[in-house]
Formats: sequence, structure tokens, C-alpha cells
Amino acid sequence: MTRRRNTELGLMLLVVIITASAYVLASLGSESRIPANIVPFLVLVLGLLLGAHVAVRRLAPDSDPILLPTVALLNGIGYVVIAGLDQKLAAAQATWTAVGIVAFVVTLVVVKRPRSLERYRYTFALGGILLLLLPMFPVIGRTVNGSRIWVAFGPISFQPGEIAKVVLAIFFAAYLADQRELIATSVWKVGPFRLPDPKYLGPVLVAWAVTLLVMVYQKDLGSSLLFFALFIVMLWVATQRTSFLVIGFSLFGAGAYFAWRSFTHVQTRVNIWLDPWVNPAGDGYQIIQSLFAMAFGGLTGTGLGLGGGVRIPASENDFIFAVIAEELGLAGGALVLMAYLLMVGSGLRIATRADHAFDKLLATGLTLLLGLQAFIIVAGVLRVLPLTGVTLPFVSYGGSSLVVNYVLLALLLRISDQSERARKPLPMTTVAV
Amino acid sequence: MNRNIRILGAVIIGLYLVLFVKLNWIQVVQKHSLDTNPLNTAQVRRDYNRPRGTISTADGVLLAQSVANPDRNSEFARLRVYPEGDLFGQVTGYFSFTFGSAAVERQYNDELAGTTFQQQVNGFSDLFVARENVGNITLTVRKDVQQVARDNLGDRAGSVVALDPRTGELLAFWSSPSYDPNEISTLDSTAANENWKRLNSAPGNPLRSHQFQDRYFPGSTFKVVTAGIGLQSGRVTDVDPSYPFTTGYTAKNTSLPIKNFGGEVCGGTLPEILKTSCNSAFAEMGAETIGADDMVSGVAGWGFNATPPIDLPGAARSVFPTDVGNNAAKLAQSSIGQNDVQASPLQMALVAAGVANGGTIMKPHVLAEVRDNQGSVVKSYTPTPWLHPLSSAFADELRRDMIGVVTGGTATAMAIPGFDVGGKTGTAQLGTTPPRSHTWIIGFAGPPGQAPTVAVAVVVLDQSGASEATGGVVAAPIAKAVLTAALKAQGLA
Repeated sequence: MTRRRNTELGLMLLVVIITASAYVLASLGSESRIPANIVPFLVLVLGLLLGAHVAVRRLAPDSDPILLPTVALLNGIGYVVIAGLDQKLAAAQATWTAVGIVAFVVTLVVVKRPRSLERYRYTFALGGILLLLLPMFPVIGRTVNGSRIWVAFGPISFQPGEIAKVVLAIFFAAYLADQRELIATSVWKVGPFRLPDPKYLGPVLVAWAVTLLVMVYQKDLGSSLLFFALFIVMLWVATQRTSFLVIGFSLFGAGAYFAWRSFTHVQTRVNIWLDPWVNPAGDGYQIIQSLFAMAFGGLTGTGLGLGGGVRIPASENDFIFAVIAEELGLAGGALVLMAYLLMVGSGLRIATRADHAFDKLLATGLTLLLGLQAFIIVAGVLRVLPLTGVTLPFVSYGGSSLVVNYVLLALLLRISDQSERARKPLPMTTVAV
Repeated sequence: MNRNIRILGAVIIGLYLVLFVKLNWIQVVQKHSLDTNPLNTAQVRRDYNRPRGTISTADGVLLAQSVANPDRNSEFARLRVYPEGDLFGQVTGYFSFTFGSAAVERQYNDELAGTTFQQQVNGFSDLFVARENVGNITLTVRKDVQQVARDNLGDRAGSVVALDPRTGELLAFWSSPSYDPNEISTLDSTAANENWKRLNSAPGNPLRSHQFQDRYFPGSTFKVVTAGIGLQSGRVTDVDPSYPFTTGYTAKNTSLPIKNFGGEVCGGTLPEILKTSCNSAFAEMGAETIGADDMVSGVAGWGFNATPPIDLPGAARSVFPTDVGNNAAKLAQSSIGQNDVQASPLQMALVAAGVANGGTIMKPHVLAEVRDNQGSVVKSYTPTPWLHPLSSAFADELRRDMIGVVTGGTATAMAIPGFDVGGKTGTAQLGTTPPRSHTWIIGFAGPPGQAPTVAVAVVVLDQSGASEATGGVVAAPIAKAVLTAALKAQGLA
């Protein structure tokens, strides 16, 4: 299927041109000059993206051609915006991109068949929970902005929770693929409710509950929300039992209410969301500055490098979408949203075309991690939901998130490559699952 | 499972649709209200870190420029400085991160920042060269004239406005007390805040541009307007009517007379009553010869009860009462610039300019032109008529009458040898114990037998003395010095 790869190459070159032009425009905007390092920059971007493309051509030649260019575009826009905010962060982000692409290639090399992961499900479950717990250990744990989700080894610090999300998604997919028939058919009657038998759901429930407890304890609201939704949706897709969805979201409602009543930091977030104007210089400052920035951008934006983004706290991270909407306007904001929808569409298409239940569930889970995480943070920035700090995948500044998401992308492409290759010789004989 | 996955896809599309709608809501529907929210500093912050053009006088003196901020760690890359300090503070205004901007800095913000549509289009060709797409402004005001105005007014509170009546170009635009814009544009926010507080509570309110944002009783200088309305109505000429020689005028249905200064006896035809600034005659002219309706519509023709179209923000309306139809006493008092009549120094300068320019008042302005960094003109001000209260024949008549006031009336101190100078003094009484008054003079000057090239208005506030001669003694020498400086700047003297 070289046609798919040629499509991908064409799209990648387009992305390189867009990113390089944006980089030059941003520099003209903020410094009124062509960036001095434009040549090494171009070589680096071209090298990294073409490297990823060549790896896919070699290692997963039949995989989806849209995902990698879309990711490259988001990564490129993110880099240009970060460079406009802080050159030092931009240099770090470039390094992490390189590490991420290496991790992407390594994943493609190591994981030859997605189902080889299925066997290690309990290792993944245990590993995921351990990773989540890491920041709570003394010495290596770090608290940043009120959330204890960092660990540090010497100069290198990262968020193990980012890795845990992917690892636990693999565990869920493996367990549910195996047990879904039993879970779907077994019934445990509690009064009028027909619940799944805890006998079959046990391990996954334990893993899920422990994870949620840890995340709530660490005050990582965004990840808790993401994880809750991930589990419920994967369970629903695996069993096709709508009642699970209803029960799950009722539980979510109850949990959210309980969290709102019990934790002051949750109350603060909700109050800011309901009315940020009560305390515009204090609690509401960040969201109000972000609203001002986006309104200032209007339809077409202030132009790259011309925003006042430096005044929104955490603008390179949680609020990077506001900076994009300011500098590129409604057009740029809509473009980013479309890019995520394109990713979700491609990811779910991979899921529907996969042959095995594990592949389907894993592709669904991984796609959901990307699409839902982007939704949660953008909804927070736009004041559709209370703000919960998660990164905007591939765009926000942050090494852990970037590297893990590149691994996630590699897994999606691996699933896609395998199912497309299986279809090639006998395209009509695949069994619907 | 595929069915559920497809439903999931549809739900996610729905979720993103919500985000898209909300993004539209913020960036389009709410844009205006968010942009204009008082807490929003996005506009000024962006402008503050952009390159910004210079402001210079017509005689080439630099008034404002942006220099690199000496503090490299500051969030601001540039600092706005004003080399001439308070001499042009009220003209340039300030450009402050904390307090926004004022005067020219505010009015021509887009031109200075290079963000007007035309500048943006011109700037397209500059996309790949290191060049700052800003506008450099040249004003009509001149340092040589402004300095004379300031030196002659000295420490006294008051205003001096000089302009070219043929174009409306302001040549001197000074009022005292003034302020130094450097004190407000400083990036040291503590100092800026203290200076702001101090200037706001300082006596005389230095932050106000008194010459066009404040208004005062115009006193007898207003008689020029009454005379102009009388001439234009056709009911007053240089020979008729001849007003009775008396010590005061008593309006119909009242008993309290409007007295002449010092109880003097005066009267006669227009040239005579203008020379002597005869209260009784002008009161009768307004109240009886002209009448309420023609006075009220007449003053509108001279710019009263309207905001002058100067290219600076915040100009004051000059006012003349409109409720004089059934109040002959009020109409009579108003006709000599008393009662509720109030005028800005700029407005009275425009009255003199209208007489000097054949009855046409040009729009007053401070902008001469905007040039880009390569020196090409981006925008230049085209002189435009504002009002035409007087036909040219009547204007010539009134001009001769005002020249008469300088050659043989209350304004002889304004005479400049070798030039035709016309004027009218005014003394607006504030109280009699002790006697204090705002002293005025308005006038014009030009080469003999030709159209005047400079018009002027001077007011010196709160002076001791309250006789009609006070204006001639206090204000006339200032006007003479400024007229001379302006004529010299025009290459005529």
C-alpha cells in the first residue's frame, strides 16, 4: 500500500511548509525579523517528521495515512506558539518532540503485533497503579501547582500518570476483550437494578477504583474525569449494554456531587466556572485573561507572535488553546478542533476495521484518551466545563505528555497496519466481531 | 461493537460542536463587550510592546519617541519619552501602560502604531525585510511660537491659542498649569501611580488641556459674535443704528440696568461701540435689534452649543443659553458675554479666525501629516471649512472694526508696527471684593491690506482688577508677542 504512504508523505511536506511559514511569521510578528535559526529549525523539523514517516513506511506500511500528519500539524502549531511565549521552553519542547518521535519508532519496532500486549494485562495493571503511586513516595515525589503528580530523578522530572493512562487503557482492553461475553450476560440483581456480576468485573473494578482514588487524592481532577469516562465507555463498547452507561454516568454524577461537597479545591473550581467575575484579580484572573485574549483575537486573530499571551498564567500549558485562538482567531481555534476530530475519526475508523476485540477496544480507548483529553481542557478554557488541568495533546508544553502520546500514536498505527494487511489478500472474508 | 463505536464517534462530534459554538460565542458575539471591559488591558499592552512612531512639531522639534527599555528584564520592550517635557504635554498627551493614552497619542494611536488599513497594505511589501511599519507624525504646532506663549504667560494660569485662520492649523496650543507626560508614561508603576495621584489633586488640574477642555465666561470678547450676528442679519451696519449715549441699558419688563464699566457714558454706531466695548449698546443690539430667535440660531453659526471638530479627544462645548425667548434681561446680559455664556479659549480663537478668514471658520487641527519610516506620506490633513457664519463683505467690515479697536480702542497694546492687527478685549468679572476677573483678548494679524495669517485668543485667569481696561493691560501683550512670533515663523516678520 505505497499509495497510503505517498499520501502521508505529501501531507507531511504540507505540514512542514505550514509550520516553517508559521515560525517565520511568528518571529516577524514579535521581533520584526526573520528568525536567525531558520535553517537549523527547518532541517530539524524536516528531519524529525520525515524520520517518523520513513519509520512508518518501513514498519507499518499499511497503516492509516492521516494520523501522523495531523499529529505533526498540532505539534508544529504548538511549538510555534510556545516559541512565541518563551524561547527556552521552545527548545525543551523541541527536544521532547525528538524524544517522542524516537519513542514512536521504538514502539513500532518492539510491538510487532498489538495482541502481544494482551498477555501482560496484569503486569500492565500493576505497573499502571505503581506509576500512579510513584509521586506519593518521599524524595522523588514533587508537588506542582497543588497537584502531587510529578516525580524527579536528578534533573529529569516527569508525570508517571501520563504513562499510567495508556498502560491502564491496555489493561482494560485486554481484560474486557477476554471477559466481555461473561460480563454482558451475567446479571447481579440489586433491587430493581441489573448490574454486572462483580465476579467477572472484579479485577477491572479494583484497578479502576484504586486509580480514581489515587487521582482524587492527588487532586488531579482532569485525569480523574478522563479516566472515569474512559472506563465507562470502554465497558459500554465491549458489552454493548446501555444500562452500564446509565449506571456509570449516574455514579459519575453522584461522585461529582460528593467531590463538590467535600473538597474545597473542587468548590473553588466550580465557583470560578459559574462566575469568574466575582474575583477578577484573584481566582478568576486566569480564565478572564483567557476570555479577553480569545475575544481580542476575533475572527482572524492578532497574528502569530502578536498576542499578549504572556499575561495568561500557564499559557504554554493548560491555556495554550486560548493563545492559539488569540493569535490565529476563530479560524485557528476551529482548525485545531477539526484536527482533533480528524484524529478521533481516524482512530475510531481503525477500531471499526480491526478484526479482534482487543484491537478494537484498545483503538477505541486510545482514541478516547486523545479526543476526550483535548475536549476536557478546551472545554475548561472556553468555560464550558470547570477548568481541570490536563494538557492539550501534542500542543501543550510538557515532555511526559508528548512522549506518551507519540507512543499512543504508534500503537494506533500498529493496530491499523495489522488489520489493513489482514484485509489485503481476502478483503471480503473478515468476520464481523 | 462497531455500532457502539460509531455512536461514540457521533457523540464526540457533538461534544466538539459545543466547543465550536462556544468559541464563536466568545470570539464573535461577545467580542465587543469583552474587548471594552474595563479590566481588559489587551489592546494597550499589545500597543505598548509594538514599535511606535515619533511625534514632532512643524518646526522639526521631536516631542515623543519610543526608545529601548533600559531594563532588559522588564516585560516591556519599549519606553515612551517626551524630550520637551511639559511644553507640549497637553498636545502630545501621554502613552501609559497603566493609564492608557491621551491627546495626540490617543487620537492618532493607529497611525503611530502603523495599524491603519492603508499602513497595513503598504506594509505587505515589507514582510521580509527588517523594518518597523510605524507612522511618524508631524504636527502643525511650532516650538518657536509655543515657547513664546509659555514665556509670556509665565506662572499665571491661563491659555494661549494661535492658529492660521486660512487653514485651521494650530500654531501654539498652550495652557498653564501643564504637566510632563514622562511622569505618567514611566514604566515604574509605583512612581507613575504617585505622579498620577499628585497631578489629579494638584491646583489648577494640570492634566486637563484647559485651552480646549475647559470653558470660561468670555466677557466682552463675545461682543464680536453679537456684532457678527447683527451684521449678517442686515439690521446692523457700520452707520446704523446709532445706539443712544447712556450709562446703562434696562431691558423690557425689568428694572435692573446693565451698566457700562465705571458708569461711563457710551453709545454710537458699531465701529464706535466696539472700540469702547459699550455694554449698553451691545445689550440693546442683542435684545432688541437682533432678538432672541436670531441670537440663538446666530451663535450656533459661530460654533456655540456644539463641540468643535478638533482632532483631539475631549473638546468642551461652548454654551449660549437657549431659554432667552421670554427673558429679555437674560438675553441682554448674554449678548455681552455674561450670564450663562461660556466659551473655551479655542472657541474664542475660532471666532477671531472666522472674522479674519472672510467669514469662514476652518476646522481646527493639530495634525499636519503622517509619514512612514521611509519618509513617504501616509496621510496628510486637508483643510476643511467648519462653519460660515458671515458673508465675506460683512466679515471685511467687522475686520476693519476690530482693527479699529487696536488702533484706537481698548486693545492698543496689541499693535504690531508694520502689520494690520485687529482685536477685542474682554474682562469677565468674578467678584468685586476684592475685584478679580478672567482677562481675555482675541484678535488677528497679517500684512497690511491683506488677509490675516494668524488668529489668537489669550485668557489669563483670576487676575486682580475688574475694569474693561484689564484685558488690554494683562492679555494684550501676550497676544502681541505670540502674533509676532507666529508672523516671524510664517516668514512675514
